[in-house]
Amino acid sequence: MRARGARVARVARGTRTGGAAILLAACVVFPLMITNQQVAAIGVDTLIFVAAAVAWNIFSGYSGYISLGHAVFFGSGAYAAGIAARDWHVTGGAELALLPLAAAVAAVIAVPFGLIALRVRRHTFVVITIAIFFIFQLMAFNLSFTGGTTGLNAPFLLWSPVAFNDRFYYVALAIAAGTIGLSWLIRGSRFGLQLRAIRDDEDRAAGLGVRALRVKLTAFAISAAITGLAGALWFFFVGEVLPQTGFDAIFDLTVALMAFLGGLATVAGPVLGALILEPGQQYLTQQVTNDYLSQILLGAVFLVVILLLPRGLIPTASEKIRSWQARRRDRAASSATRGDLPAGAGPAAGSAAGLAAGPASSPAAGQTPGGRSR
Amino acid sequence: MTTKLLHAVVSGVLGGGVYALMAVGLTLIFGVLDIINIAQGILVILGAYLSYALSVHLHIGLFTGLLITVPAMFVIGVAIQWLFIRPLTGRDRTSMSLLAAYAVAIIIEGVLYWAFGPNYVTLNASYVTSSVHVLGFYLPYIYLYGFAMAVALVLALYGLLYRTKFGRAVRATMQDRTAALLVGINVNRVAALTFGIGVAVTAVGGMVYGATSSGFNPNSGYDLISRLLAIIILGGLGSIGGALAAAVLMLTIESVVDIWSPTWAVAVFYAALVLVLTIRPGGLFGRQAARAQ
Repeated sequence: MRARGARVARVARGTRTGGAAILLAACVVFPLMITNQQVAAIGVDTLIFVAAAVAWNIFSGYSGYISLGHAVFFGSGAYAAGIAARDWHVTGGAELALLPLAAAVAAVIAVPFGLIALRVRRHTFVVITIAIFFIFQLMAFNLSFTGGTTGLNAPFLLWSPVAFNDRFYYVALAIAAGTIGLSWLIRGSRFGLQLRAIRDDEDRAAGLGVRALRVKLTAFAISAAITGLAGALWFFFVGEVLPQTGFDAIFDLTVALMAFLGGLATVAGPVLGALILEPGQQYLTQQVTNDYLSQILLGAVFLVVILLLPRGLIPTASEKIRSWQARRRDRAASSATRGDLPAGAGPAAGSAAGLAAGPASSPAAGQTPGGRSR
Repeated sequence: MTTKLLHAVVSGVLGGGVYALMAVGLTLIFGVLDIINIAQGILVILGAYLSYALSVHLHIGLFTGLLITVPAMFVIGVAIQWLFIRPLTGRDRTSMSLLAAYAVAIIIEGVLYWAFGPNYVTLNASYVTSSVHVLGFYLPYIYLYGFAMAVALVLALYGLLYRTKFGRAVRATMQDRTAALLVGINVNRVAALTFGIGVAVTAVGGMVYGATSSGFNPNSGYDLISRLLAIIILGGLGSIGGALAAAVLMLTIESVVDIWSPTWAVAVFYAALVLVLTIRPGGLFGRQAARAQ
């Protein structure tokens, strides 16, 4: 039985790696297959949001501190890149070298932000992140170096229109893939376990020797840096940033919804959520000229997800598959011999959870036989 | 200068009364249901638009219109609680309900944009434009009427909470939900009614807000909710007296700062919030933070 469990686990790992490889290959060839530039633009936008949603999940999903202020980092990244490009007269293709700078600025902002906000928990934390978000939006409106209400324009890129979307696409793909890899590494690491211990019971985790504030702040800064990076790339792609588009309350909600839809605190969840929601939203914006209708639909989708799939697609699906497999095994066992069922059910069920957890899921999903999402 | 300062303090206190009413609704909902109703801001704007529609299309006076809008908002509140908040159970109830309320807010905002468009509107009446001469400056009547009504309603809420059987049930639920259930309180009904009452006061708050502000559109809900959140956190979540004190204090500070710099007056709100929370994480009159996330 033990050997069989190990074999199932190996198959599960193989399926996950294979799935991730297929997804990555599909993403790499996507621009070659698509000639419609509107669709290609949706591809770039989606990958930017994949990175942002996975980054949000690295902090909020793993630690349980729901941040509704990540637009601070998205906007700061966009503005940092825009101001640097304007003041240093960066033009003609060298702009993407400014991306690391945007990430650094966002991470630096995250430290005082986190030191203030991470002292409080639950609702109060959520509210503080909203308050700080509004302070930043206000500053973008009123400070002189941000360009005020007219915002900032990105320098003109000397790329041919055909190559324009493709180049952005591959940069965004690299960032998104890197972020997913980082999320996977963190989830399986000691650091990731500390974060999840904080989520379950912060005081007990602290009592067991987790340096809670340091762990939370590190995750917050990592998450902020990636969000800032995504913001800067978005700025160069869209070509301009305004206070209300850079620091956008809808952005805060969208990344949270992506993670919730796919499955909070899973590796593949935010990816799946972003892959479903962002193309859908962009398609709606292109097809439906009524902006308000797409806003109403976003809210309605959110409500449906919360009410019908409170744990997200991936944990719900994995539970369904696991119970189906258990039933099938039950039937097989009862028709053959009785007795060795419990020994087989344990590890096999655990790895089945890992199998169902999707292409990019972590080994940690297989280590917890309960398969609890959070 | 002294006149200006005095004027700022008076209008701050009067404005604070109206914000106190809206904040009490929010903090009451928090105390009983343990959720932050992030839709409160847009519900205030919805109340303002209801008053606007009644006065423009049906020529019903602002104060008479409250007889229609208050029950309407009560029903909307109960419906939101029943449909979207009550079904949420389990470990993630708090964060889920916050997100559900946010989704409701986005939907209402979209509907308001659709129905009324993005243009700023104001509520008009004779008592909005005419003013009374007190202590060397002019005060529009609406400020006085609005303040008087806000004070009356806060007193009525106080009476409801501390002098009636229903109020005792509400306070018991705020203290310990399980124990309240065990002594035979219908916790679900208390929760629905509290949510309804907390939303019903936004009809009054919205009317006075619409008449005293320089104009509102569906986007004004964000500004409003962030101020209300700052107020109830400063006052300590779930503390009614704290919400009253914080509302008057913050509005007064804001209108005093407004003398020097109107653009940064709003930032004072959040700066004060951040400052207080770094010193007292529980707010001015707050309870201890919860243990797990």
